[in-house]
Amino acid sequence: MRITKEDVGRISVLAKLELTEDDQSLFAEELSGILRIIDALDEVDTGSANEMVSPAGLTNVLREDVALSSIDPEEALKNAPEREGAFFKVPRILEAD
Amino acid sequence: MFEPVIGIEVHAQLKTESKLFCSCSTRFDAAPNSNTCPICLGFPGALPVLNKKALLYGIKTGLALNCEIAEVSGFDRKNYFYPDLSKNYQITQDASPVGVCGYIDVALDGEVRRIRIKRVHLEEDAGKSIHEGGDITGASFSLEDYNRAGVPLLEIVSEPDIRSPKEAYEYLSMLRRILLYLGVSDCKMEEGSLRCDVNISIRAKGSDTFGTLVELKNLNSFRAVERSLEYEVERQSQVVASGEEVIRETRHWDEASQATVSMRRKGRAEDYRYFPEPDLPLLSIGRTWVDEIRATLPELPAARRMRFTEEYGLPEYDASLLTDTQELADYFEAVVREYGQAKIVSNWVMGELSRLMNATGIGIESVKVAPGDLAAMLKMMDKGTISGKIAKTVFEEMFREGKSPETIVKEKGLVQITDEEELAGIVDRVIDENQKVADEVRAGKDKAIGFLVGQVMKMTKGRANPQMVNKLLRQRLTN
Amino acid sequence: MKLNELRAHELLPMIERQEVTVEEAVTETLDRIAAIDGIIKAYITVTGERALQRAKEADARLRKGEPPRPLEGLSVAIKDNICTKGVRTTGASRYLEDFIPPYDATVVERLEDAGAIVVGKTNMDEFAMGSSTENSAMFPTKNPWNLKRVPGGSSGGSAACVIAEEAVFSLGSDTGGSIRQPASFCGIVGLKPSYGLVSRYGLIGYASSMDQIGPMARDVKDCALILQAIAGYDQRDSQSYPNELPDYTGCLIPDIRNITVGVPKEFLDEGLSKTVKDAFMKALEKLEELGAKVVEVSLPHVRHALAAYYVISSAEASSNLARLDGVRYGYRAAGCEDSASMMAVSRGEGLGPEVKRRIVLGTYVLSEENHKKYFNEALKVRSLISQDFQEVFEMCDCLMGPTSPTVAFEAGEKTRNPLEMYLSDVYTVPPNLAGIPGISVPCGFDEEGMPIGLQIMAGQYDEATLLRVAYAFEQATDFHKGRPDTQKGAHESAGGGRSV
Repeated sequence: MRITKEDVGRISVLAKLELTEDDQSLFAEELSGILRIIDALDEVDTGSANEMVSPAGLTNVLREDVALSSIDPEEALKNAPEREGAFFKVPRILEAD
Repeated sequence: MFEPVIGIEVHAQLKTESKLFCSCSTRFDAAPNSNTCPICLGFPGALPVLNKKALLYGIKTGLALNCEIAEVSGFDRKNYFYPDLSKNYQITQDASPVGVCGYIDVALDGEVRRIRIKRVHLEEDAGKSIHEGGDITGASFSLEDYNRAGVPLLEIVSEPDIRSPKEAYEYLSMLRRILLYLGVSDCKMEEGSLRCDVNISIRAKGSDTFGTLVELKNLNSFRAVERSLEYEVERQSQVVASGEEVIRETRHWDEASQATVSMRRKGRAEDYRYFPEPDLPLLSIGRTWVDEIRATLPELPAARRMRFTEEYGLPEYDASLLTDTQELADYFEAVVREYGQAKIVSNWVMGELSRLMNATGIGIESVKVAPGDLAAMLKMMDKGTISGKIAKTVFEEMFREGKSPETIVKEKGLVQITDEEELAGIVDRVIDENQKVADEVRAGKDKAIGFLVGQVMKMTKGRANPQMVNKLLRQRLTN
Repeated sequence: MKLNELRAHELLPMIERQEVTVEEAVTETLDRIAAIDGIIKAYITVTGERALQRAKEADARLRKGEPPRPLEGLSVAIKDNICTKGVRTTGASRYLEDFIPPYDATVVERLEDAGAIVVGKTNMDEFAMGSSTENSAMFPTKNPWNLKRVPGGSSGGSAACVIAEEAVFSLGSDTGGSIRQPASFCGIVGLKPSYGLVSRYGLIGYASSMDQIGPMARDVKDCALILQAIAGYDQRDSQSYPNELPDYTGCLIPDIRNITVGVPKEFLDEGLSKTVKDAFMKALEKLEELGAKVVEVSLPHVRHALAAYYVISSAEASSNLARLDGVRYGYRAAGCEDSASMMAVSRGEGLGPEVKRRIVLGTYVLSEENHKKYFNEALKVRSLISQDFQEVFEMCDCLMGPTSPTVAFEAGEKTRNPLEMYLSDVYTVPPNLAGIPGISVPCGFDEEGMPIGLQIMAGQYDEATLLRVAYAFEQATDFHKGRPDTQKGAHESAGGGRSV
């Protein structure tokens, strides 16, 4: 499978990751190389194999419904690039977002 | 002739103390970002841990909606970027929802319609964006509050089985009633603890194809759902009748103009790149656990309504109103247990009690009249201790003050006068003072007797036993 | 001998007996950092003042007669993708250059509760993506054995600082070899525990289903000591192993006469360098000498491990790193008019090329048209690999192979070819996919004096066997006693990483 520059462009929109034209070309080339290895997965006879999501193999890890105190809002906000009062501030949100 | 094909997605906020994946409080009106922690803020390194009660509520609701409960359920990540989504993925259930293939029976115009439920699944809510000037389109910036981020939601998705705006309204009402009976959600649309998205298409009546879906947003009440659907049925019918095609889009219900307004065209469907949430182990929902939960289900509205007609012989109308909320139905049954005659209790609950509740804006849960007191008052009426008319006065006082009927009757001296001698004296006085009317009665004008009864009642402040007054007057004025 | 040159199990009794103070021990470590880290560049942040403060508190406690805690007074370096409350945690990314976590990772809490003293945060490949620490957005770290070579990665700083005696021990994280490969390149012991044994809470997530934090130390006994302190159930990590754990130091018996060692033939294929292979074969001979039974085994699906690993890890990473959006913390590009472009530009500017490459790959394999073909298929291959391991562990107590196909390579050698860099993880990736533990212990030096690592793997949660075999091998050899000659460097430069 080859990844084209256009594929990379489309993916970068999905991933909200601005890439320069040069990066897009370079990634297309590099990722095509990586995909050549990954394509070998196709050769494996996976038949009825399970899809293994996690090696822990646990089930029903649950927490009791108890509200504990949250962190100080100042702590929550102190790393914010931009804030207004106790809110995180962001530039306008386009409806098409 | 067109028929609408309607499907509804409801998001109900679950009534838990803490959020779905962290221990922050779910309190509604907290100061901005004060109910947040590294987990619900999506800080690097923070991990989710599932709230047991939220899962329990999910299963409980699934059972109440006649769903099959998954033996193995799990969470997935739904990936999309939005400023109010703190991790830029939502933890939800895609591949294995907690419940599938359920239904709700909705009674409409004497007919029962079965609306199938496609799925019931748990997911986390997003935060809230507050737009400059209150409107997203004109704002140059927005402010993010993550108090709501991570609050547990139950998404309940119907199959496109709904065939009219009215039916949509009834479906939602019944669903809301069930959730309230279960106690799993407050279902307050004004606080956002119940939200619905609706999709609608139209097709030729009897056809089994589907038209182009239009999604409706900003539906802030069940009435808004009904009206917006009425509007859409009309709009889409006109579009099709004029030979044009309905466009796949999202439309916004504008309450002021009572119309839907186009928001955006749906282009390619979003690619959410769902995949199993690696931070959360699977849920293995054992059948014994399901049975245990099933055993805790309360009697649900439909069953209770039916029982009210069968057990108490109530008309369908009474049964339906009395079972609207669990609290009202409980109240009714508590009075019946003490008093016995269900229809009389129903008349009082739906009559005087409802009237006073509406007039004062008090809900049944805060009504001061204890069911036993209402029963006692009804018994006093039966014994003739108070008249029906006085009973209304007494009941108003009970409603206002919460006192027992005996106390009120005693304090206000409202006991009915049934002593014949005492009444005879009063009757004689009234005849004396109203000779002219008395003569008319003697002359055969029977209707005039009512005036004299009224005078006696006035003189006794309504306490005279009206039957006895009548009898005494007749003894004296007719042969 | 200076205090910073001592191993944990040598220094601990001295502190316990109050022959030396914690302050003296920590000071010597900090002096060492000041003297040499200008050359090695293992640290992104040195927390000298904070460490001395804690050291004084510890001494005060000991003077009052309070019993010494299990890691009392030991200087520890923490990989910079592990959150430390009040101390910036960058993940070696420009994106989080100024990020100060409001919370401690569980492992940091546990180490500090056990008396360890954090002396700094170590360099790494950005967000743990890489095998040479050259992907750090800050600066590359040097291999103390040869400054022209890489220390391995992604936990390169954590490996380099231990062998350069700039910390008694360190924590690294390992998603596909990031503890074991740099341990091998730097001639120390690095343990990747079974998935779930050590809490991930507070570890900046790369691939959630494979990430594990583990100890990096100068010998096996130190590793066991540290593992004891950090392992065990944590309710904040839902994948945390809930059962009782054995006494890891208690299981260090240098007797492996009843042990069967499996050697997967797939680990001795054509990509393996001759010097590494020779050292590995000698290690096997040594084990046989010690009475272990060595058998050849096969893990038929393991040749697809790298492919499955890159699909799954990139997919999970693309989602995990989506939270870096410039809204709540981290870098925000200037001058963007709307939120969507602010996010895209911030990520474009703030993230390094390897991170972007994996986000693109991960997004690609999860996208609708490729999901089934790549992602679902990789999960299936993963379960086949896991089954392979389960089957061989019915026959053997542990498995062995080289940790890395080569010794530490030259800086810049592989940076232009990401694929070649990926191939250096070929032996370390399978245990992460299966969730089993792996340890790298020194097993030789090449002709240029570069260390070579032996990887031992055991069944899930069987760290006891793993440590026992590693210990027996170590005790019968001298490779772990090797020390690089960094004297020359020490004269050239003073001053360490940035202080807070």
